[in-house]
Amino acid sequence: MSRERALASDFLPLSAPATCSASLWRMCWMEGKCEFLKLLRTPHYALPILALPVMFYLLFGVSFGARGPTGSGGSEYLLAGYAVFGVVTAALFAFGAGVALERAQGWLLLKRTTPMPVGVYLGMKVLSCMLFGALIVVLLATCAVVLGGVRLPISAWLSLLGIITVGSVPFCLFGLLIALVVPPAGAPGIVNLINLPLAFAGGLWMPVSALPRLFQSMAPALPQYHLAQLALGAIGVPPAASVAVHGAMLALTSVVLGGAVVVAWRRADARDG
Amino acid sequence: MSSESVPVATLDEVSHRYGSVEALSHLSLALAPAQVTALLGPNGAGKTTVVRLLTGLTRPTEGRATLFGMNPQRPEPRRRLGVMLQVGRVPETLTVREHVQLFSSYYPAPLPLARVLGLAGLEALSERRYGALSGGERQRVQFALAIVGDPALLFLDEPTVAMDVESRRRFWSGIRELADAGRSILLTTHQLEEADAIASRVVVLARGRILADDTPAGIKQRARGRKLRCHTRLSCAELHGLPGVQQVIEQTGGAVSIHSLDSDRTVRALLERDASVSQLEIHSAGLEEAFLALTGAGEEQAHVA
Repeated sequence: MSRERALASDFLPLSAPATCSASLWRMCWMEGKCEFLKLLRTPHYALPILALPVMFYLLFGVSFGARGPTGSGGSEYLLAGYAVFGVVTAALFAFGAGVALERAQGWLLLKRTTPMPVGVYLGMKVLSCMLFGALIVVLLATCAVVLGGVRLPISAWLSLLGIITVGSVPFCLFGLLIALVVPPAGAPGIVNLINLPLAFAGGLWMPVSALPRLFQSMAPALPQYHLAQLALGAIGVPPAASVAVHGAMLALTSVVLGGAVVVAWRRADARDG
Repeated sequence: MSSESVPVATLDEVSHRYGSVEALSHLSLALAPAQVTALLGPNGAGKTTVVRLLTGLTRPTEGRATLFGMNPQRPEPRRRLGVMLQVGRVPETLTVREHVQLFSSYYPAPLPLARVLGLAGLEALSERRYGALSGGERQRVQFALAIVGDPALLFLDEPTVAMDVESRRRFWSGIRELADAGRSILLTTHQLEEADAIASRVVVLARGRILADDTPAGIKQRARGRKLRCHTRLSCAELHGLPGVQQVIEQTGGAVSIHSLDSDRTVRALLERDASVSQLEIHSAGLEEAFLALTGAGEEQAHVA
């Protein structure tokens, strides 16, 4: 008897109502911390995503420099392009492959039986993509300044940083949509298959005007193109249209992708649940 | 109505389909507070679907599910719910302690870390990364994640599948501790032994229907002895009067199925009273076999005399 009572006293009385919820901030903090620790402890995942845009930039942006395929200002143009390429790749892989895997393995399902809102989980993934974006901008900026001779005012660097981090959102949604409709084993391959051609067509590797005409007509439909134009604007290269137009296109893309994610999520639940 | 008798979770006339496949059919189930219930059945019986509906992961195609009287898809009832699913993989680079601390942040009144590690038998492994654990240890971590929120109700889906004997023994003792403290527990299993070891109520499920709902002793009672099948002139009442007979089931085509604890005496008495008995078959009804019979005899149950 006394043993039972001693045990029971360690627990909350059963009558105690759980009317309050746990602190949302604490949930976000722990979820974000664990997400960061996971990335830190899997460098074989994080390093290529950080190194790829830097390597490309060194090869095509810095070594060609002003004599590059883009004519004058190659170091600037490709700085914006590879920053966008880097954050888009990080977002598509984190969601398209990472979330797809955690979903397929039942880990996400288990989390959904807890009182944690699923938005916290997704939000912290978005935040980690933003962190990747910021790191990529810092790495590229270092290369650009030290090796490419790029000189920009602090305000330009900061607005590039802001645009790249916030601009990751539609690509997180795009990745999530891929995770929900593509079988998880095929997700990394599909992500590559989508990411590389769209990076090309969106003008991330060379100006849209230098692309074949087919791609030129496709570009304005791609979020990559609009984010790249905003990034160019931030570092003083005039964008194709006004900042408002490119920003509005990205916002519209996010809304459409967000709606598609909600529909796909419900369908996936009905299919697998 | 006293609060004691209000069920913690219910399914009310629930049918559930995945596409054209019917997983549950008009199933009703109520879980009482402070009770360990085992949901027993073979693979594909619908056990996991019951857990998914009660945890709000899926909405029933027909009927209603409740959790603490609320819709299980709302976040509020989940604050006092703990769940252990059949998870393929848990992130491997986090340590046991980090996993438990993460899940503890989800709940308004979590148990202290040391208490959780103790209940799950993980004290010595708290700094170990999940990827470095054995199969049984991994399941203990998933158990720890289920209890960290100090749940009033625990769902455990096939909790001991990958466990060795020692892990299983420790696990059962953890479950008993929680049950002693008044927790309701629903665990799914396809092992009678496990249901018998920790449950006070066994619900046998097959092909999406409940075939038996009894104490472990009652289920074992049904499982003892042998099963006779024959054609006979004797009525059900007369058959019930034969020595050793526990249950008589009328089958289609004039045959009867008799469950007897002493088949030798039953057969002798049967032949004495009715020399015209034909097509007599005697089957053993050992624990596992009886369980198979239970789960394979959905139609016969309707005619229990």
